[in-house]
Amino acid sequence: MPTAIEIFKHLPKKNCGECKYPTCLAFAMQLANNKAKLEDCPYLSDAGKSALASSSAPPIRMVRIGTGHNAIDMGDETELYRHDKRFFHPAAFALRVSDDLGDEELAKRIEHARSLRFERVGQVLRMDAVEVEYRSGDPHRFTSFVKKVATDIDWPLVLRCHDPAAMSSAATQVKDGRPLLHGADAGNLKDMAAVAKANGCPLALCADDIGKLADLVEGARKEGVEDLVLDPLPLSMKELLERCTVIRRSAIRKTFRGLGYPIYLSIPAGRDGVLMASTAVMKYGSILAFEDLPAANALPLMVLRQNIYTDPQVPIQVKPDLYPVNNPGPDAPILMTTNFSLTYFTVLSDIEKSKIPAWLQVVDTEGLSVLTAYAAGKLTADSVNNALMASGAKDRSSAGVLVIPGMVARMSVKLNEATGLKVVVGPKESSGLPKFLRSIV
Amino acid sequence: MEVPVPKEKWTGSIGVMELGKAGGDGSMRLGGNKGLPFLSFEDGTRRKVALAGWMADSLEDVPQPVQDAFGEHIKDPVSWARAWTEQGADMLCIHLTSTNPEEGDAAPQQAAETVMAVLEASGLPLVVYGSGHEEKDAKVMEKVGELAKGHRLLLGQAEEGSYKSVAAAALANGHAVVGFSNLDINLAKQIVILLTDFGVERKDVVIDPLMAALGMGLEYSYSVNERIRISALAGDAMLQVPMICDCTSAWKAREATEDVPHGGDTLERGIWWEATTALAALLSGADILVLGHPEAMDIARHSIKELGGDA
Repeated sequence: MPTAIEIFKHLPKKNCGECKYPTCLAFAMQLANNKAKLEDCPYLSDAGKSALASSSAPPIRMVRIGTGHNAIDMGDETELYRHDKRFFHPAAFALRVSDDLGDEELAKRIEHARSLRFERVGQVLRMDAVEVEYRSGDPHRFTSFVKKVATDIDWPLVLRCHDPAAMSSAATQVKDGRPLLHGADAGNLKDMAAVAKANGCPLALCADDIGKLADLVEGARKEGVEDLVLDPLPLSMKELLERCTVIRRSAIRKTFRGLGYPIYLSIPAGRDGVLMASTAVMKYGSILAFEDLPAANALPLMVLRQNIYTDPQVPIQVKPDLYPVNNPGPDAPILMTTNFSLTYFTVLSDIEKSKIPAWLQVVDTEGLSVLTAYAAGKLTADSVNNALMASGAKDRSSAGVLVIPGMVARMSVKLNEATGLKVVVGPKESSGLPKFLRSIV
Repeated sequence: MEVPVPKEKWTGSIGVMELGKAGGDGSMRLGGNKGLPFLSFEDGTRRKVALAGWMADSLEDVPQPVQDAFGEHIKDPVSWARAWTEQGADMLCIHLTSTNPEEGDAAPQQAAETVMAVLEASGLPLVVYGSGHEEKDAKVMEKVGELAKGHRLLLGQAEEGSYKSVAAAALANGHAVVGFSNLDINLAKQIVILLTDFGVERKDVVIDPLMAALGMGLEYSYSVNERIRISALAGDAMLQVPMICDCTSAWKAREATEDVPHGGDTLERGIWWEATTALAALLSGADILVLGHPEAMDIARHSIKELGGDA
């Protein structure tokens, strides 16, 4: 991505404001940060357009599979390390079914995919897609099976089949759902690219060598297919980590368009598969197709994905509410903290450790921690009182005691006035809670 | 076509540290890496990661699944240490929780004897922590440091505001120190500066930037660790020390072991919770992993080997 100044040179410098930014320079800065689009400038010359369009195209192309609210956007990443800005499009998880399954087995697999669904800090964690593998050797069987899957579930599909005739027959039936076609290799590239082009579907390219992958990209683009996905065919964690790193670095650091595409990874069953999947979530996988994903592995993997794809500048927040800890009754005290998830989890686990029943009131501080929230005026006597009112805390605890973090001891008097509760100053560090709670009960 | 491998050009490397009794069977070398974790095209040396078995000399803080995994052994540190040795641990990490003045209040001498017995029984390098009680820990570490002279322990933990006693215990008897900081690259650097100003050499410091568990802030740790490793490789000398990541906080996450609809077997999920935390630590730069459950250690060991490292 060019810098704002480089972009600015190509802009008309009229400062007309029609792009909704006051000046051309302001617009250039927005462009440089991917927050505005080139098309928003009505006066850009053709020369400027072509100069900027080629250099401002994202280093990793965005490829969409599926349609409607279940569609998956892959790629369009700009960073090697999440702390440099963020990772944008969480790795999609697809569960594989093969066309030699009976109806009942298929229904079971689909049900399993649907059941892996968890709610966590206000977000839904779930599977995103179904991959249908061609194993029967019968193109008619594959085609009707793919059609059946498409009617059974409205998630995006991946068609895993390297026989262009079978792929063509199946893809034609479900092309409106924009499935990912997996895929093309050195042996079938021309035919597979033709199928992708005819059906308007994205195409996955498979090679276990980075140079050969780049060759396939060049070949597919010559055939007129631009929506591509790369499968570097790793067989181990090491191959996965190294190949994905080389692809991502080439795209981001060298702006090498020949590898600037999302990455597909096939995940085998068993322990090695889970480890490959975890590695792929951290290291640049865009879509993971699981041969199998047992329930005990799904939640850790999905939480890992949620963690890694969290915007480092926007903390995860928990819902402001009154949370019971260690089965509290009406005589248990109320403790107060902020809705920054890390603060909440730490305080929660320290109260649990004390084994003392308590009510934990979480106050909406927009995800700021205690001191930061206090300094920013997000944690005030009024905001605490409003939270207590909204959660009905004073009705659920009749102890009349509010324990506040030691860091904000100076709020005591105002809090007492606002809430009418006896305010007790707790420890400065959450780790002091077990000892503290035992001392006040 | 030829695609050049995009290598980062690093100017720094992680310092080498030796732990354990010099010349002893269990002694080990850590660190020495010249590139980001497990990228063989960037750093040809095989990456060594030490697996430390977590243990305590009293049972207050031992997670239930860990108690279940070791059974009777947890009641006796020596027996627990032997069990870890059989599980293939490279080192041990013992918390002397028995010395906590609010619990058992065991005497420093007694705790130090426990340490010696564990060293004797396992022959492995040892990380030693107190109970987290500042004043008592100072006395415990002094005694442990004296008695275990020559075994080159890793003593925990030095943090801003309370590092002098543990640093002195290490300095006086040739041990190394864990410099702890709370999820912040600048604080990680600060504690190394404080320790070196105090007289501890950099080759005697391991940093612990706090490994937050999966679902409990893992993303912060992952990024802080990555930033620490990138800064070190880019030449920041104060960060060119090995990194220890304690993954056992995974057992404090409710989601790790609570019944969840469609969450599968709770023990298996808990083990993967710890193992996934460990993998994030590995990929972000850990040189020592502290693990509580033997099966999580198995998965971590397998991961290191599969990534082309030494475990």
